[in-house]
Amino acid sequence: MKIAFQVNGKRTSADVAPDTPLLWVLRDTLGLTGTKFGCGKALCGACTVHLNGMAVRSCQTQVGSVAGQKVTTIEGLGGNHRVQRAWMALDVPQCGYCQPGQMMSASALLAMNSNPSDQDIDAFMSGNICRCGTYPRIRAAIKAAARMS
Amino acid sequence: MENIVKNETRRDFLKVSGTVAGGLALGFYLPGGPRVAQADGGGGYASPNAWVRIGLDNVVTIMVARSEMGQDVYTSMTMLVAEELEVDINKVKVEIAPPAEVYINALLGGQLTGGSTSIRDGWEKLRKAGASARMMLVEAAADEWGVAAGRCTAVDGAVTGPGNQRATYGSLAAKAAEMEVPKEVPLKPASEFKIIGNVRQKRLDTAAKVRGTAQFGIDTRIPGMAYAAVAMPPMIGGKLASYDDTRAKGIPGVKDVVQFSQGVAVVAVDYWTAKKAVATLNVRWDAGPNANSDQRSIWDGMETAANQPGAVFREHGDADAGMMNAATTVSAEYRLPFLSHSPMEPMNCTADVRADKAVIITGTQFQQLIPHVVAGATGLKPEQVEVQTTFLGGGFGRRLEMDFPIAAAEISKAAGMPVKMVWSREDDMTHDSYRPAGIYRVKAGLDDKGNLSAIQFHSTGPSISARMFPSIVKDGIDPFSVEGVDNFPYTADGGLRFTYQMHDTGVTVGYWRAVSHNQNAVAVESFVDEMAHAAGKDPIQYRMDMLDMGSTKHQWSGLAAGVAVGPRIRRALAQVRAKSGWGKKMPAGRGQGVAVMEGYNTVIAIVADVTVSGGYDVQIDKITAVVDAGTLVHPDQALAQIQSSINFGQAACMLGEITIKDGGVEQNNFDTYRVTRINEAPKTLNIHFIKSKTTPGGLGEPATAVVQPAIANAIFAASGKRCRTLPFTPGNIGASA
Repeated sequence: MKIAFQVNGKRTSADVAPDTPLLWVLRDTLGLTGTKFGCGKALCGACTVHLNGMAVRSCQTQVGSVAGQKVTTIEGLGGNHRVQRAWMALDVPQCGYCQPGQMMSASALLAMNSNPSDQDIDAFMSGNICRCGTYPRIRAAIKAAARMS
Repeated sequence: MENIVKNETRRDFLKVSGTVAGGLALGFYLPGGPRVAQADGGGGYASPNAWVRIGLDNVVTIMVARSEMGQDVYTSMTMLVAEELEVDINKVKVEIAPPAEVYINALLGGQLTGGSTSIRDGWEKLRKAGASARMMLVEAAADEWGVAAGRCTAVDGAVTGPGNQRATYGSLAAKAAEMEVPKEVPLKPASEFKIIGNVRQKRLDTAAKVRGTAQFGIDTRIPGMAYAAVAMPPMIGGKLASYDDTRAKGIPGVKDVVQFSQGVAVVAVDYWTAKKAVATLNVRWDAGPNANSDQRSIWDGMETAANQPGAVFREHGDADAGMMNAATTVSAEYRLPFLSHSPMEPMNCTADVRADKAVIITGTQFQQLIPHVVAGATGLKPEQVEVQTTFLGGGFGRRLEMDFPIAAAEISKAAGMPVKMVWSREDDMTHDSYRPAGIYRVKAGLDDKGNLSAIQFHSTGPSISARMFPSIVKDGIDPFSVEGVDNFPYTADGGLRFTYQMHDTGVTVGYWRAVSHNQNAVAVESFVDEMAHAAGKDPIQYRMDMLDMGSTKHQWSGLAAGVAVGPRIRRALAQVRAKSGWGKKMPAGRGQGVAVMEGYNTVIAIVADVTVSGGYDVQIDKITAVVDAGTLVHPDQALAQIQSSINFGQAACMLGEITIKDGGVEQNNFDTYRVTRINEAPKTLNIHFIKSKTTPGGLGEPATAVVQPAIANAIFAASGKRCRTLPFTPGNIGASA
């Protein structure tokens, strides 16, 4: 069954079972491998994307439920998004695997809260696990991005 | 000593040599392995040596022969070559090297990434590779211009000579590759470093990792590729008994259902189709030898083993007599659980196995071994197996294992097509090679001033090397089981006896970041705090007063310093005392704890500040670390590695515990196996490096170990509870004395 939706500003469709997680449609069907698989249970945040601007875990989002809606992945963040500039300025990533999810969460946070406190950051970002321990730099990068226009 | 290791899971022969000067050499012998051409003008580039390729278009490529798993080898190793090659590091291309003899890690004896050795092994070798290539380029220019090489200079990717002559590296490359390789390769003094030690140097892989274009193993796509999901036995040592693929084969998109040595796989057009089909297989398992094993029986067996005398790995004087002569004695037993590696990228591997060749693409820490195990699994010859190493979404030792490349190769061969095999988080967590659990018994005799006079240390647990590299286990000692205590830095003139009792529990164990440092040093540095408390002394001053200032390399030190560390430890302790505000009055429920260790030729002293609630919830408020790691090649990423290790150690000692039930691992995802999240990370990390011009120490691992006893000792200072059973959960703290 063909499911039509928008990814990174382009109309697209996927001929897959509607219960397929959006994560695997992005990665395997559409070849957008920037979105990562970490746990499959919305426990780690590696698969975070934006659905109509809101952060969602794509491993727990059935593709059938996004028909006609707007999905943004790390590839669609543009490369020059203030979160990405801050991440580069502070050399946040180590292994880098969780970072697309971290940045998609961080950009969603900043879209709602232009000047997040430490508590705001902890509350919003605690769903994104980093095993390399880049947390101090993630906190600093979110604050740096908040200061950028 | 050389012997032949035949290992069923590896199905291959490796010549393994014993300990050699300078490190622990696994000494892999590669029959007919690929070699790197010294010069090749045919590919649009020339190679003065295996680390440098110079394109005729002036693009300089530097080969990195270690796996990038976050620890920054992609940049820091490139910096070493570029420093001497005289090129703009931000313009070079970096490539991850294929397996080849020339890339063997001399500290480990194989082409593998681990043991915090990458920079230590490369420190001289990579600078010489850059310098040698530069000298050949200068020779080529001098020859071209008919002048002495001494009148030519290499600057920023070009050679200049008398009369404003200038030639780019690209224009000289083909000729340079034909020049004689210099025998004497002098290196710059540190005062002339432009790249090494540059605090503003950025990582070369950040842009790709920020844009989502960095290629991890799981991102591999090759023509004609199918996707595989697997079912593997839930019990350790279990085997596939039966399955029914009738339903699976009827699912649209399923291409095949195949057996492999660990279980059964569905191969399909995409991962989700394969994964859903696996659930229909109605698999039955033979539980195997561990069917009745559970955590209680494992601890019972470990306790019984702990009553055995063990093998002595360090001894002087008569420790028993020393105890008799002591004014008082202190003793304690510590218990550490199994831990999972759980890197964020679950195990995966892409394999294209054909009749006459195979291509393996994966994130591996041990690319050199893959051709051999894949040969064993497929019937091909090792030289028919090409290995491509991607970025690793975390390693921590898990990606030293060969289980996932073997599985993917078997599945590809059976299905007759290129396959990307992806394990689910559950597959990954329940089929890990776990950090060994162990029991650590320590007893000290103190003199009438409270100082250490005699000590006995007795550890009991499974040996990793007994499974992976049995020939390095000697006289009952696995060198990777005695780290962090073999180099015990305090004096005990009345006698010292350290013993290790190897005990297999049936649970597969593997090398885990900092390996046995994070077991032995946790016990030792917690215990020294107990001694200080018994003596009524300040834990920092007590340590400083007891340091052995002339300690030398011990028999099993392996990857540790091998030089006297007393003065370095004293300096680190003095600095951490000053930087942490040590000894300040703290409100009720808050406390500070200290720990110090030398490992991988790096000395780290840490003070942890914690708050412990009435219900024994622990908040880590601040970590102050003082690090003596010699020369820092890439200072910002040296800092990143300490930040990283503190986080990893915190996750281990506060949260980590793998337990066994009915022969299988109980935890299978991040809900049941918790790791540190951002809200739990310390609000303040106060990390200082001691300025040093000595050779670099390892940075990827040691702080992982040191932070744990610092936290334990801080919990005691805050709550009066001495928690000797890890992790430091409210339950374990509450139940302790």
